[in-house]
Amino acid sequence: MSSTATSPAPEQAQPLLSLRGLEKRFSLSGDFLEQLKFKGGKLVREQEHVHAINGVDLDIQRGEALCVVGESGCGKSTVARTVMGLITPTAGEIRYDGERIDDRTTKELLPYRRRMQMIFQNPYASLNPRMTIQQTLEEPIRLHHPDWSPQRVKDQVAEVMTSVGIAPDWGARYGHEFSGGQRQRIAIARALAVDPEFIVADEPISALDVSIQAQVLNLLMEAQQQRNLTYLFITHDLAVVEHFGTRVAVMYLGRVCEVAPTATLFATPRHPYTQALMSAIPRLEDDRPQHIRLQGEVPTPVNLPSGCVFHGRCPHANERCRVEVPTLIATDEGGQVACHGVEEGRI
Amino acid sequence: MTTPTSPTASRWERLRDSYLLYSFKRDLIAQASLLVFIVLVAGAVLAPWLAPMNPYDLAQIDILASELPPFWVDGSDPAYVMGTDAQGRDLLSTILYGARVSLIIGFGAVALQAALGVCFGLLAGYLGGRVDAFLMRLADIQLSFSTLMVAIVVGALFKAIFGGATFSAYAVPLLVLIIGLAEWPQYARTVRASVLAEKGKEYVDAARVMGLSSRRIMFRHILPNTLSPIFVISTVQVANAIISEAALSFLGLGMPETQPSLGSLIKSGFDYIQSGSWWITLIPGLVLVVLVLVINLLGDWLRDVLNPRLYKG
Amino acid sequence: MSLLDVSNLDVRFALRRGDVKALRDVCFSLDRGERLGIVGESGAGKSVAAFSLLNLIAKPGYIAGGSIRFDGQELIGMSDRGLRKIRGHRISMIFQDPMMTLNPVLTIGEQMVECLKAHRRIGTRDARAISLRKLEQVQIPSPEARLDQYPHELSGGMRQRVIIAIALLLDPDIIIADEPTTALDVTIQAEIMALLLELCEEQNVGLILITHDLGVVSQVTQRMLVMYAGRVIEQGPTREIINDPQHPYTQGLINALPQMATPGSRLNQIPGSMPSLNNLPSGCAFHPRCGFVTRPDGSTRQACHDEVPGFVTSGNCQAACHMVAEMIERERIPAEEQD
Repeated sequence: MSSTATSPAPEQAQPLLSLRGLEKRFSLSGDFLEQLKFKGGKLVREQEHVHAINGVDLDIQRGEALCVVGESGCGKSTVARTVMGLITPTAGEIRYDGERIDDRTTKELLPYRRRMQMIFQNPYASLNPRMTIQQTLEEPIRLHHPDWSPQRVKDQVAEVMTSVGIAPDWGARYGHEFSGGQRQRIAIARALAVDPEFIVADEPISALDVSIQAQVLNLLMEAQQQRNLTYLFITHDLAVVEHFGTRVAVMYLGRVCEVAPTATLFATPRHPYTQALMSAIPRLEDDRPQHIRLQGEVPTPVNLPSGCVFHGRCPHANERCRVEVPTLIATDEGGQVACHGVEEGRI
Repeated sequence: MTTPTSPTASRWERLRDSYLLYSFKRDLIAQASLLVFIVLVAGAVLAPWLAPMNPYDLAQIDILASELPPFWVDGSDPAYVMGTDAQGRDLLSTILYGARVSLIIGFGAVALQAALGVCFGLLAGYLGGRVDAFLMRLADIQLSFSTLMVAIVVGALFKAIFGGATFSAYAVPLLVLIIGLAEWPQYARTVRASVLAEKGKEYVDAARVMGLSSRRIMFRHILPNTLSPIFVISTVQVANAIISEAALSFLGLGMPETQPSLGSLIKSGFDYIQSGSWWITLIPGLVLVVLVLVINLLGDWLRDVLNPRLYKG
Repeated sequence: MSLLDVSNLDVRFALRRGDVKALRDVCFSLDRGERLGIVGESGAGKSVAAFSLLNLIAKPGYIAGGSIRFDGQELIGMSDRGLRKIRGHRISMIFQDPMMTLNPVLTIGEQMVECLKAHRRIGTRDARAISLRKLEQVQIPSPEARLDQYPHELSGGMRQRVIIAIALLLDPDIIIADEPTTALDVTIQAEIMALLLELCEEQNVGLILITHDLGVVSQVTQRMLVMYAGRVIEQGPTREIINDPQHPYTQGLINALPQMATPGSRLNQIPGSMPSLNNLPSGCAFHPRCGFVTRPDGSTRQACHDEVPGFVTSGNCQAACHMVAEMIERERIPAEEQD
């Protein structure tokens, strides 16, 4: 699968999806009245924000599986949800196949909805408990192909159900009657039902058991080969990334700190955070973990550190890191990294 | 989780395996309540066929047979099992017809409350923001007036403007309207709370990603998942509506005596308690209490069953 | 004799459709200072096993049989009072969610002092001093300040460190840790696991680590149990099981890990899913998903369908599998014939 993927050089071919300067802030302060506060005898309006993502630039090429990794709160899910239009970005733009899609209304987005679909993390919550599997799967087809005959809709449902390994005659059952792995298969079937070309998968296997994770991962890879899909795959599990992704973007506190082809990233991680993340994977081989210990913990995204967001925990941080925000620069290995230390050759 | 063994299951199989039926089978109070409720409703619905006489038909009323006691008291007439009221109407028939009126008003008012409350609750919960703030403040204002107060004012005004005869003619729809309008915030609040809980679930996101319209998401996806609490408060609200109607009738602002509900029967009999004709008040009163009690008991049982925290631990 | 000896433990849940057997015939032991991993997928019964050790299973669960001997004492049937002396004091627990153990309305210091006072005759000042020392041991920055903070003021990783400090407060003999790092991020998880390992080794505390993560087990524990559908199906030294698993389920579990396949290729999945406990297959509970029910020559091993397999010993490991039993048998016969 990796061999067919196009090379990720940004100037080559038009990317299927491109994010430019994407930002999303969530207000913590409630409505206007709750923002008013007395300070020093004066009435001031005070607003606090969670900076979920701050300036994300990413390109996804046709046919590739771009994995976004990072720890909780790094904004990886927000990226996925913003791409799918579930959240409106505060700033920046999203282009799909060259067309800007972040400023469109629900109606204008409809043609894109057929081309891009999403798979969610929790298979126990992503199926409507009051709908049968047949109803769940028919709904998107009917919406996007109102001209199809009922028989054609049924055939399509049967086809996707078979392709995810659920016998079509189980369609009369409700979601809660299936196991977690089967539910996730059904959720995948729902995404595949309208023959999309691009799928955003937000931690699709992290709620599943180990033996089921392998099944679902295999299913996703099969679907990619058969249907020529492009994936944006959100996960915190680096072992999965190594197996599944053609390229990896590592996120920390709402910024992308490193993007590289998977093999490159795993062979030569450049960013100090990527290095720490890699060393923390529990491996079967070594008896004693030799991981890089980071100082402190991830700061809250409410008060972002100045300069490089990672400087507080970085063993290589210097004065420049505390002041200046690093931008992504190309590395010799074909990746991009946002780190002053790498740029200066210190790391 | 149960592992299904066959790909299809009929509705009957599902019901048979459900927790609802299981707990119903083990709950004697729920069974007894349902039985009494069915008997009362059946009696009310089938009143024209069951009742010995039609209390609305003046030709059948024998004024000479007024204030006859029920059959177990000396001086009773075997033709009137429960005795007669001051106008000589058969009390059993009047109660059956009265229960009919009470139930129609109770269910009608609740249907109106539910329709309004569910729509407002869905809108407020799903759309949020200003719509939410506006609708919920409206609900707060509505709730700060007591139902009875609103009903009394509206009823009295209507009576004063259009006269008693028009009031009598439109009493049922008017009472449905008054009680229905007064209590919608109960529904709106409950629905809004469950919509807020459901809205955060991934199946709603999935529906949005699919491109479905907000209306379809609200009614097709979210509403069916908020039915349990709606069901539970509906039972309480039916009982409340029946009581409200009875109270209004008792105050003379409800059903006229020519078309008595349980409340107006109690009221009409109240004047004769001193003269020893206790049954005219007491028997309809007992029926009212039993009716409201069984509805509340059923509601309690339903709440226990449908509250997942109680059995999923 | 081992410090902890569990034999034939049977735990059931009384549900409306009858009893569900959550644990059947679970046997294991733990020596002083030994680290044991219990591995399994959700529904395998690993958490039930941990909770039943201290008789903490909530209704409708109950212990239906077996014995749990701790330091020579039988824990099953022991009075609540006796159990309370052991709980927290000699055996302590670490849960997945720190907020399950921490009381949100008391400061960290208050909770630690209270815990010490409940088990020892000790003054508040001494208790505070011990608490402070324990917080230092778990490498919390500015431990003094933490004593007066409330749990919600700490981050997830900090809270889990506090939990470990509380677990170590009374110098227990055994710590039972139920998925202690599942809720945490990868980098924090690695730190907490390293800390736990270090402390257990330093203070010679036994550890029972319950997890679904084979990587964590292989790094932290010396011996491990693999559970499936309420039974232990394989046990032995961790290294040996990871390097050379005997039971087909353990093999499947290890081979299904993404790092066991070349990137981009198909993963070795185990077909199907774990049966629900109220509807277990006959014979070996794993047989519907097992690729070894059919012998290499094409014949079916009927025992897999009919008989619950007992443990057979292979090297230092024990596995409950008819296929393994048959292989050992076959190896032994030619060896005996040669003698």
